[in-house]
Amino acid sequence: MAWFKRERKPITPPDRASRVPEGLWVKCPRCGQALYHKDLAANLHVCPKCSHHFRLGALDRLRALLDDERWVEHDAGLRSTDPLSFIDAKPYTQRLEAAVEATGHNDAVVCVTGRLDGTDVEMAAMEYSFIGGSMGVVVGEKITGAIERALAHRRPLIVVSCSGGARMMEGTLSLMQMAKVSAALARLDRARLPYISVLTDPTTGGVTASFAMLGDLNIAEPKALIGFAGPRVIEQTIRQKLPEGFQTSEFLLDHGFVDMVVDRRELQPTIARALRFMRPPAEPAPSPGEADEAAKPAGSPPENAPAR
Amino acid sequence: MVDTLEFEEPVAVLLKEIEALSQRPQTEGRDAEIAGLRRRVTQVRREIFSRLTPWQRVLVARHAARPHMLDYVARLFVDFTEIHGDRRFADDEAIVAGFAQYHSEAVLVVGHQKGRDTQQKIKRNFGYARPEGYRKALRAMRLAEKFHRPIIVFVDTPAAYPGVESEERGIAEAIAYNLREMALLAVPILIIVTGEGGSGGALGIAVGDRILMQEFAVYSVIPPEGCAAILWRDAVKKVEAADALKLTAVDLLKYGIIDAIVPEPDGGAHQDPDAATRAVDAALSDALTRLRAEPAETLVNRRYEKYRRIGRLGAGIVDIPTTGTTKNTTT
Repeated sequence: MAWFKRERKPITPPDRASRVPEGLWVKCPRCGQALYHKDLAANLHVCPKCSHHFRLGALDRLRALLDDERWVEHDAGLRSTDPLSFIDAKPYTQRLEAAVEATGHNDAVVCVTGRLDGTDVEMAAMEYSFIGGSMGVVVGEKITGAIERALAHRRPLIVVSCSGGARMMEGTLSLMQMAKVSAALARLDRARLPYISVLTDPTTGGVTASFAMLGDLNIAEPKALIGFAGPRVIEQTIRQKLPEGFQTSEFLLDHGFVDMVVDRRELQPTIARALRFMRPPAEPAPSPGEADEAAKPAGSPPENAPAR
Repeated sequence: MVDTLEFEEPVAVLLKEIEALSQRPQTEGRDAEIAGLRRRVTQVRREIFSRLTPWQRVLVARHAARPHMLDYVARLFVDFTEIHGDRRFADDEAIVAGFAQYHSEAVLVVGHQKGRDTQQKIKRNFGYARPEGYRKALRAMRLAEKFHRPIIVFVDTPAAYPGVESEERGIAEAIAYNLREMALLAVPILIIVTGEGGSGGALGIAVGDRILMQEFAVYSVIPPEGCAAILWRDAVKKVEAADALKLTAVDLLKYGIIDAIVPEPDGGAHQDPDAATRAVDAALSDALTRLRAEPAETLVNRRYEKYRRIGRLGAGIVDIPTTGTTKNTTT
């Protein structure tokens, strides 16, 4: 019945192998803009056209927030022993090894002492590419360690979350990390020390239901997925499609669970302003260079001993 | 007659035989035969329950006839007086809180309640608590702290409610806040997991000084079905997932997550709720006596140490010497 019919060759997709060297150009998943990787990095991995926030690795996160891009890392060597001897489709030990290989980290969080706007801070940044940023015993232990260092040195704590939640392969040991970290945060709270929680895409499950929601300030990056139950689990429960924008940063702002939604390029100055507000009045501002642990040479890791 | 589970098939056969015999006219010989069969039931049941797989334990923990919080409350406590509401939004009936006398001592009781018949299940939302439930629980616990009363918590929930309104009203914040505040409550907190310890939904009212668990209860970071769907991409692998997750009382005792296992009658608590209650009573009163002897400050410090020890260097964690990871990074 067609009036004009023509043999058409289907449009063939281009070769999977791109001729452009790996990582040189990145396409923005939101607006489709092709972005030169170096430009994107210089813009803190935010699309200059549509402000899409690309996921940031832990080290990029630290560079984006800490003065002079310098810090001292703690507990870098901690690694899970696979306490449950967990095997699913493949052994957990293999997943761990692959994650260590791929990320260069021993687990899904990097904890450091650094300076933010001249203030010594304890900071933890989660690494999503390490088994979905999931929290097992190592993540729980390292963040608890960061909180205890904040208490010992009376420093502010900043935790940047990026996690799918508790790590299944460590079972209830993972679950209990929620209680462990929260108990340490209780002490930090009563000691009147600042805790700023930064929630980035995604922050879900046991991480949201513990330290991510307990900040003196909860700051979310724009359009991040933030929630407790996964969207698919909820859809299965209610047997309906979820409303547009459900479990986004803006949704949480609307419902009163985050203090603000802040563009990544404004994050450092925003935290700096918060820390100025939260600084205990009795304490004199430290003179430059004093107690500057970040400036210590790399060869002497003074605080590399695991926290008790 | 309590329903038998699939793996209790040999018991079900015997029970059917007993029933058939008791339909017929009573004779001495027949009575003896029935008595013999009953002994056999006990024996077979004991055999089956002495080697339950983790997945079978999940089924026992979820058994519809398993005693729930209010069944224990009715048997163990005097003058239970329920209090309602979180003073914020609503009353969540999936979590029950109230004060009562326990061996002549005033205590606060909190716990999940699942409901048994359809109507009750709906009323209790199948034991899936919403944010209001967690907030009510903490409000009640603060009341206990104010009046120096110990807290006894019964844990039995599939999970915190995964629904739209749960997220809207901050289920994650409600649980997180409970975890933080329960860590500092200056009264003894005694936890008993009686059925399903469903992840954050359980933990949200289960931070305490002494954690007990019934023999056939389970406690898991994720339901085996969910774990199988994610890691095996096949919900049928729930049996394997239940194995892998190490969710049984014996496993949790080994990992130092619980402090003691409370024995259950043969065939599970639902076969003999009174016997199950006696065991629960013995374990609770013993633990409470010990906790009451501690000054509040010691309690709170020990509670911190208790959780601090879960997952540490030498227990689940090793320190691998690193070169260059402790550094001042510049690029």
